[in-house]
Amino acid sequence: MSYCSLIIFAFLILYLVYFLASDNSDILSNPYNGKRQDLMNERVTRGNIYTSDGQCIAETKIKKDGSEERYYPYDNMFAHAVGYVGNGKTGIESTYNMYMLTSNINPVFAAIEELKGNKNPGDNVITSLEWDIQKAAYDALGNRKGAVIAMEPDTGRIIAMVSRPDFNPNTINNDWKTLTEDKSSDSALLNRATQGLYPPGSTFKLVTLIEYLRENGNYKEFEYECKGKDVLNEAAIKCYNTKKHGLEDIKKAYAKSCNCAFATMGVGLDVDSLSKLCETLLFNKSMPCRFEYNSSSFVLDKNSTSAEVVQTVIGQGKTMISPLHNAMLACMVVNGGYMVTPTLVDSIKNNSGREVKSFAGGKGEQILTDSEVKFIDKCMKETVASGTAESLSGGGYEAGGKTGSAEFDSTGASHAWFIGYAKKDGKSIAVSIIVEGAGTGSDYAVPIAKKIFDAFY
Amino acid sequence: MNTIAGLCGYITVIAFAVYTLFCFTVFKRKDKDKQNRIFVRQRICIFVMHFVCHALLYMIDYDVAVIIMYAVQVVLFLCCIHIYQIIYKGLSKLVLNNMIMLIMISFVMMERIKAEYAIRQMFMFEVGMAACLLVPFIIKKFKYFEILGWHYAVVGILFLAIVFVFGVEKHGAKNWIRVGGVLIQPLEFVKIIYVFFIAAVLSKAANFKKVVIISTVAAVHVLILVLEKDLGGALIYFFTYLIVLVIATGNLWYLLAGIAGGASASVVAYKLFAHVRKRVTAWKDPWSVIDNAGYQVAQSLFAIASGGWFGLGLGRGLPGIIPVVESDFIFAAIAEELGGVFVICILLVYISCFIMVVNISMKMTNTFYKLTAAGLGVMFIFQVFVAVGGVIKFIPSTGVTLPLISYGGSSVISTVLMFSIIQGMYVLNKSEVDKNDIIREAVLKEAGIGGQRGKNK
Repeated sequence: MSYCSLIIFAFLILYLVYFLASDNSDILSNPYNGKRQDLMNERVTRGNIYTSDGQCIAETKIKKDGSEERYYPYDNMFAHAVGYVGNGKTGIESTYNMYMLTSNINPVFAAIEELKGNKNPGDNVITSLEWDIQKAAYDALGNRKGAVIAMEPDTGRIIAMVSRPDFNPNTINNDWKTLTEDKSSDSALLNRATQGLYPPGSTFKLVTLIEYLRENGNYKEFEYECKGKDVLNEAAIKCYNTKKHGLEDIKKAYAKSCNCAFATMGVGLDVDSLSKLCETLLFNKSMPCRFEYNSSSFVLDKNSTSAEVVQTVIGQGKTMISPLHNAMLACMVVNGGYMVTPTLVDSIKNNSGREVKSFAGGKGEQILTDSEVKFIDKCMKETVASGTAESLSGGGYEAGGKTGSAEFDSTGASHAWFIGYAKKDGKSIAVSIIVEGAGTGSDYAVPIAKKIFDAFY
Repeated sequence: MNTIAGLCGYITVIAFAVYTLFCFTVFKRKDKDKQNRIFVRQRICIFVMHFVCHALLYMIDYDVAVIIMYAVQVVLFLCCIHIYQIIYKGLSKLVLNNMIMLIMISFVMMERIKAEYAIRQMFMFEVGMAACLLVPFIIKKFKYFEILGWHYAVVGILFLAIVFVFGVEKHGAKNWIRVGGVLIQPLEFVKIIYVFFIAAVLSKAANFKKVVIISTVAAVHVLILVLEKDLGGALIYFFTYLIVLVIATGNLWYLLAGIAGGASASVVAYKLFAHVRKRVTAWKDPWSVIDNAGYQVAQSLFAIASGGWFGLGLGRGLPGIIPVVESDFIFAAIAEELGGVFVICILLVYISCFIMVVNISMKMTNTFYKLTAAGLGVMFIFQVFVAVGGVIKFIPSTGVTLPLISYGGSSVISTVLMFSIIQGMYVLNKSEVDKNDIIREAVLKEAGIGGQRGKNK
């Protein structure tokens, strides 16, 4: 009888052996383990960070006196994606800290070096970022505040990630005071691409459209006569510049970004069902990613007033979304309806180039049906063919998208949004762009998308 | 220096592995002299490890205090071994060796974490050993102890409940009392009384009605511990009773009923108490609540994972980060600095102790002795299970000390007492068996059968 106790004890030991034998690098790279990670730096020289096309974007230089220095060859260009090492760590420098401080070179060689008292070279991080695309995005956004994200729709690999205002990771320690004092609303240390939350503006019409398709089988018969303004549930709605769009079907209303038509479609929607859809689309949820981000929020429920509903369906309510999340929604339309898992790092390689670990992103769950994808794709392409993103046509690739101009205060100033994608010869790219306080999406966000697409093809 | 430190680490692990191997192979040899030679070799392993660990401790900051501590401990161990063997003639040398090994590890770890802990721990061990000099004399009166049955329950419950009046809270459980400036954990001492109680009453009980009454009184002990928020203690008391009950009655249905009852009680406790839910959440996913409830377990896992199989080396890890590392989480600190192989050896040594105790229990002719030994053995091994299980996230952490290794006077003294009681019973039983053998031989001789047999050969 007493020996029965040994059986559960055996499980305990097996569990411990299993824990020790499994790959615990994920556990050890937790930011809460910072002190132990720093301890590793006494034995290992921090590894480098590369773009997927082999450009070094962060490296450890050993000075003549033997001390180490982190150097970022492209200064500000990769600032937010890569992060910095200084007063704490951010970005890849933080999330993949442990990997760069782990050396997977030949263990015999490593042991000998360690006994000699030498440091072993840490593993290198290979990101999914592409140097050309990052450069195009960085230059296109220029000195405006905002963020750009470009992704591979089928895999979720992030190929460009820019946030402005930015900082120079090489001089972060000297600039620290200025950066953190922040008298203006610069927040240069914040990665707007993943942590910035903005009202979605008209880009939210994508979500309204999905819900409308699901609730109304006869959506193709929808017609609306736009007079530039309308009153729905006591809420006054007007189109941009009170422009009259005339008689339109869904496709045209989407392409022209007609507020009156979408408000009309929206008031008939079941709020509960809409908020369930938003949860499936990861609003109010955690994101399947390894880097720092903020969750988007959608706040309608049964108790919301009908005026709030009307504002929300055209993207002007209390809804908040991150550029990253909006990029994932754009990916969904071009990859067959799947919610991708965004990744910033492809793999970890040891000092001699052998792959140690790979991080697969992947398609995730299918959320849109094939027929939904087909119709929404048509609407997105119509926006490029005859709507608010016309300047994207004629670039030698098939493009689709949705613009947005999100009003963020009572003065009528607005953030310029664009989410969209381009396709050519089976190669596709999705983007999400926000330019803070610039004006309309057509004028300020779409041209950035064009530069990225042109660089990509 | 690195080279020496590295080699010392490997010597420690190898010496411990050899020691552990001897724990399980010694009984293959039937020859008493050969067995004794192995026990001597085990002691050599202990002293080698003790020396090497102190060499490592000395290398941390070249503190002369380390050398003094080393010398004092060597004298202490030698005295213990000699005096103990005189008082307990014919004792189990394996159990004695294991006790010295575990307390030696404790001393080393306490010195590593904080020298004051080591001094106090040594003092407590000495107090415990001094008390044990009396145990054999008391044990000879054991027959009177057997009659005391229900009185144990009264004393035990009173002592457990005393904390409701004079209790002092520490680490979230109000199960300490202050006696003349010293904090005492009554539950540690009540453990022994409790085992006496269940062994005494169960050795006589046969019918169902009595079992119900006894179970109720045992349940009162457990309930008091639950109310003190000492979940680990409650678990240990419950499980010990269950196993002893099944051994005493030989009825497996009690085991099933007990497990079912225990499971439903756990569910009730989960629904009723917030602190229980907190522990379960921290166990299921410490990472999501790492900033509060999951912090301790997460830090423990960081420590174990960074230690790997062979540890970072004594003095080269960061055990101080783990809350309550000197007591409930000492296992994680050992794993971090001395490695996974080392802690698995510790677990095997605990198992070796348990197997010895169970063997002793089975050899006992008197039911009361038998049940007492079994109860103490089960209580001991289950405590190890709960303590280690909590630290490695196998089960929710409940704040239980690791016998002999964790810092804590009450725990060390009660464990030393427990070992001594078992040794005392072993010695007593052995002398009785020997006496019976002599009588039997004499009787046989008188009848002339002994001699006859001799001739037939």
